[in-house]
Amino acid sequence: MAALLEVRDLHAQYGPTQVLHGLSFSVEAGGITTILGANGAGKTTTLRAVCGMVKRQGEVTLAGARIDKLATESIVRLGVAHVPDGRGTFAALSVEENLRLGAYTRRDKAEVAADYERMYGYFPRLKERFKQQAGLLSGGEQQMLAVSRALMLRPKLLLLDEPSFGLAPLVVQELFEIFKEINRRDRVSLLLVEQNAALALKVADQAYLLETGRVVISGPAEDIRNDESVRRSYLGY
Amino acid sequence: MTLDLLIHQIFSGLASGGIYASVALALVMIYQATHHVNFAQGELAMFSTYIAWSLMQTGMGYWAAFFLTVAIAFVLGVVIERVIVRPVENAPILSVVIVFIGLLVIVNSLAGWIFSYTIKPFPSPFPAEPLFGNRYVSSHELGSTAITLVVLAILFVFFRYTPLGLAMRAAAQNPESSRLVGIRVGWMLALGWGLAGAIGAIAGVMVAPTVFLEPNMMSGILLYAFAAALVGGIDSPGGAVLGGFIVGVLENVVGAVLGTELKLTVALVLIVGVLVIRPSGLFGKVHVTRV
Repeated sequence: MAALLEVRDLHAQYGPTQVLHGLSFSVEAGGITTILGANGAGKTTTLRAVCGMVKRQGEVTLAGARIDKLATESIVRLGVAHVPDGRGTFAALSVEENLRLGAYTRRDKAEVAADYERMYGYFPRLKERFKQQAGLLSGGEQQMLAVSRALMLRPKLLLLDEPSFGLAPLVVQELFEIFKEINRRDRVSLLLVEQNAALALKVADQAYLLETGRVVISGPAEDIRNDESVRRSYLGY
Repeated sequence: MTLDLLIHQIFSGLASGGIYASVALALVMIYQATHHVNFAQGELAMFSTYIAWSLMQTGMGYWAAFFLTVAIAFVLGVVIERVIVRPVENAPILSVVIVFIGLLVIVNSLAGWIFSYTIKPFPSPFPAEPLFGNRYVSSHELGSTAITLVVLAILFVFFRYTPLGLAMRAAAQNPESSRLVGIRVGWMLALGWGLAGAIGAIAGVMVAPTVFLEPNMMSGILLYAFAAALVGGIDSPGGAVLGGFIVGVLENVVGAVLGTELKLTVALVLIVGVLVIRPSGLFGKVHVTRV
């Protein structure tokens, strides 16, 4: 399989503080890659660097084309959707308007209309609340909305930043089932950042473990899951 | 005061209220997108009115000059955002205020330098005699109110129902998330400035026959527009419009009862009153967010 996203020697900083020190990783076309690590390891920054939301250096290619000099909105238009840390829904707009914004760059009206129905199929709760202000949804519903909003782009690559954060276990399970389905059925590649390592390693095929902005361990998710010493010393379960 | 006079004052209050509403809306539009108050809004409207005047001097018909001016004012707004406002986007608030005040002074002097400070008459597109033989309201008052209402309706439809309008609202509320759905946020802000410029131009052209054309024609109006925006809530477009009409009527009625000397005072009293009693205005939104 060819790599959809290829990252080489990625550096990023906030002001004078260097956060990423030369990361390299890749996401296979149709694959699920997870990035694990403790708080402050640079997971969120990695996602933000991929889609140009922080100052970064290094080589980032999407389907063979360099994207590391592009602005966020241009990267998004190439088919990279990002469900950011804190969800990033438009709190003052309605659920429906949030979804409409997700499809902002698309011109295929008929298929957009079909995609609304698909989202409501994945998350029937959103349909019940489609006129409601997004800021008034519960945490789980907001996460569903954030994911739907990202999928409305019809992305090739979906970046997910801690989708399980703050959600009830049942909601998390539901959400991850949908991630798997999106990946299998629509061939959307996923780059998943998680603190819940056990969960992430179950769905991913490639895993990278970060420590203070560097990859310390990488390999097939299955190997890492089965490596007792890695699990104990880095993942804590 | 007779009833006749009161009715007359209310009608002309609504007419000038429409102008205040337009300028207030232009202020709110820029405020919502950038949290900056554009103190130069009135001067830009004044300058646009001079552009319309110049076009008419070349022999161009009224409506041709009107629409061309609106288009020029739109482009002017976009250019000002790109060239002058963009570089100070993240500057401290005081720097931004100084830039806007500087813009006000520059545009004002520029107009005086190019067109001189002599007061010029400005034509109205509406007939001189009142419509339908009514006793209360002149054709120009009626016509300019109608045009204001049409502009407001178009803006409402634009923001409420078009994808671009939605994108502009999104960019104003949450720039980062807007980029993540592919919205070019910088252009949305520039577009907001363009729209504000165009609305200001319409207000200027509509008010010029009443106040006459001169470089300081908008200074009083800008004050009323501030009062309108604050009364309605500086982040509420609908509130700004309603605030404009409230201020217009109040100003005219108070002027008729207590004397015209106190007209401008009404605006100042309203501004101070709102800030003290209800800083978010009548319709200022309180966003509820669950985290």
